[in-house]
Amino acid sequence: MSDFFQLVIAGLATGAIYALAAIGFTLLWQTSQTINFAQGEFVMLPAFFALAAMKFFGFPFWAACLTSIVVAVLLLGMVFKVVVVDPMLKQGVLPLVISTIALGILLKEGAKDFYSAEAQPFPYIFPDVMVELAGIRLSLSQVGVMVIAFAVIVALQWFLGRTRTGRQMQATAQNPTVARILGVPVERMIMYTFLINAGLAAMASLLISPIYLAKFSNGEHLGLAAFVAAIVGGFNQVRGAIAGGLLVGIVDNLAAAYVSTGYRQAVPLVLLVLFILFRPQGLLGRKEERAV
Amino acid sequence: MSTVLEVRDLSKSFGGLHAVQEVSFDVREGEILGIIGPNGSGKSTLFNCILGQLVPSKGQVAVDGKAVTGLRPSQLNRLGVSRTFQLLQVFPQLTVRENLILAGQEHRGSRLRRLFGARDAGLTADANRMIDFFRLGHLAEEKAGGLSYGQQKLLDAAMAFMAGPRLVLLDEPAGGVNLTMLASLKERLQAINKETNATFVVIEHNMEFVMSLCTRILVLAEGRIIAEGTPEDIRRDPKVIEAYLGH
Amino acid sequence: MTAASKKRWLVPLLVLVAVLLVLAPVDLTGLGLPYPGLKRYGTYIMTLWLVTAIAAMGVNLIVGYAGQETLAQAAFLGVGAYTTALLTKAGMPFGFAFLISGVAAFAIGIVLGIPALRVQKHYLAFVTLAFAVLMWLVFRNEQWLTGGVMGISDIKRPSLFGISMRPYLHFYWFVLGITALLTFALWWIIRSPWGRAFTALRENPVRAESLGVDVRLYTLLAFAIGSAYGGFAGALYAPLVEFIDPNPFALAPSFLFLLMVVVGGAGSFIGPFIGAAIAVLLPEWLRFTQGYYLLIYAVLVMLMMAFCPGGLVGLYLRLVAMLRRQRVSA
Repeated sequence: MSDFFQLVIAGLATGAIYALAAIGFTLLWQTSQTINFAQGEFVMLPAFFALAAMKFFGFPFWAACLTSIVVAVLLLGMVFKVVVVDPMLKQGVLPLVISTIALGILLKEGAKDFYSAEAQPFPYIFPDVMVELAGIRLSLSQVGVMVIAFAVIVALQWFLGRTRTGRQMQATAQNPTVARILGVPVERMIMYTFLINAGLAAMASLLISPIYLAKFSNGEHLGLAAFVAAIVGGFNQVRGAIAGGLLVGIVDNLAAAYVSTGYRQAVPLVLLVLFILFRPQGLLGRKEERAV
Repeated sequence: MSTVLEVRDLSKSFGGLHAVQEVSFDVREGEILGIIGPNGSGKSTLFNCILGQLVPSKGQVAVDGKAVTGLRPSQLNRLGVSRTFQLLQVFPQLTVRENLILAGQEHRGSRLRRLFGARDAGLTADANRMIDFFRLGHLAEEKAGGLSYGQQKLLDAAMAFMAGPRLVLLDEPAGGVNLTMLASLKERLQAINKETNATFVVIEHNMEFVMSLCTRILVLAEGRIIAEGTPEDIRRDPKVIEAYLGH
Repeated sequence: MTAASKKRWLVPLLVLVAVLLVLAPVDLTGLGLPYPGLKRYGTYIMTLWLVTAIAAMGVNLIVGYAGQETLAQAAFLGVGAYTTALLTKAGMPFGFAFLISGVAAFAIGIVLGIPALRVQKHYLAFVTLAFAVLMWLVFRNEQWLTGGVMGISDIKRPSLFGISMRPYLHFYWFVLGITALLTFALWWIIRSPWGRAFTALRENPVRAESLGVDVRLYTLLAFAIGSAYGGFAGALYAPLVEFIDPNPFALAPSFLFLLMVVVGGAGSFIGPFIGAAIAVLLPEWLRFTQGYYLLIYAVLVMLMMAFCPGGLVGLYLRLVAMLRRQRVSA
């Protein structure tokens, strides 16, 4: 039984990382109707920023991580919004979807061509030593990942719930039109969601790359995990994305142990299909009014 | 004279907001019923509940005696209920005639037969008749997006009548229309009512329009019916005056 | 240009295009014309273009006409390809395998679409995404059926009325004929009241619904038919390449189908052909860039979406309109 618990705890760790990716994705959708099909690549790329900082500029690991987050927030947050999303929004939903798909391909090929096609080892933030907590053997890095991820999530929740800007962001997410009428600076709020998304994706990247190794093709799996987590969570609130992320992480980890390697990837997808069939509003979503 | 529309105890709440509360009324064949009320009185919500755009929290709707509560708008349309929209909803990329053919095609035979049948589903003659009736003849080949606002309103109305409906719900048909066009619209609506004996339910803010067009009027305030009667009765009803002035 | 005058030169143009397509790979020097024709590889590329265009037409129906998103067209190609490969190897006639491929893809499309379309708009994209990955896993893992990573080899080309389609020129004409039929079928659908319903539900689903257009059913039909075209394309792809493995049917190629339709011009009839041509020829043209071509393609797509979301057809129409305006004001 302790094996099972071990898997669940490990699943919570990866799940927390998926949650970070899913939260940003959900926020983007809520505030600006942007479906970012490049989200997986957003989580793949920052690790390469850190690796480049260390390899080409000789930064120490901690500085490389900070650089990676800053560069991600600038490029994948601000530049992404201003250069890719804003011009597209005028053209309609389909051009924006296509653009994010193309962007995903661009980032993936970019990492492959300009850094390496080989999987790169990535340093752990916490050393990967085994510890024992309450009779369960865990890796210190797993504990560290959970601590950091949960800390970020708690900080985000506090920000959204307790600060004025955060509440304005929530209002924008619930209903941008009404928020505008109430005087919320909606455009600025939307920019913040893009920056937050990039920051969360960068954090997720730094936390997951030690486990998966930094590889240009990671985006596919990470993106799928983020999408499934967001939809399973209900796609209309941050808490849902967190719940969804954790569920996907646990399911993913249990699948690694109990399902053949060939179909391991399929398990989160089956989860997605089951939810869409039987509980389309997700774990925490509200039942949508008739969409027609 | 049969009852075309029956609404019983219809209620719709959004969380704590009770938009429509226990509204009941009948509409007889050939009537033109007006529904008026101050902003926020629940008129649009009521419409949307009848038309299947929203699912009522409580209550029943029946058309020609048949229960239709909660059916989807396309199903209601095929039972003979159609509507016009407050915000213009024509298809800008299609021509005027194409818009009308579209409005009628789902009522012509089965879907499969339509795939293998004529391109216009045999509706060109009917569309032309509708174009003549609403005096849009010179615009038949124009893309609907290029028409003036008033012309699009006429097209919108024409589309609602293409399928020969039993019951037409008109959502603020007079909104934003200039006086000449308004007179024309009113006259056309009265003509088609007389010709086909179709039943109308009209939401409107334009008092003049409503009073001169409708045979009977319901007044809604805060989700409930507060008055019912002929235009004359309503004009003099103190409750109605208060409801409007009170806002 | 009025509708009537447009019709007058449309038919001769189509005849010309048909003749050009038939003759393109043929060596005409024997007839005294200075055209050496295309060799085996050139003809193969043209056949590949036609097969890709069939799949792209399907995506265009779903995306350009019905306004939905599909990320699974490559998976449907795979369904068609493996079905045809297995059935023909079991001795079934190609025609039968071809039909079954399309029907299977259609049926799967219905099954996927029903739950996805009950919910929010973008959910079909995610369901197709999940399906695409699942299908690829099945292709890769079920070695007993699909040969797994080793794939299925030695896929025979059919015979028509006793004439073998094995020579590359014969097979090209065979595929050209089938493409013409499928193009005609799609043209018929779009011209019919169904096409009008598709346009309506793309432009204004609320209004369409209120006019009796069953938006959910028509969207489902568009998706299923579009996916069936993917199955048909796969049925032709298998004998074209004579060996299939799971690679061409993964998730990334599905993305490329979506891109090529938009680049060509979503919602236009000729768009998919243009997009397919670009997709097939791009690796050839950009060979000098040594594998950077996908990166360059992605950048070009993004630029196009920003400045000309109507694709190349949209760009052409805009140029024509601009020229006409200049002529009028001159």
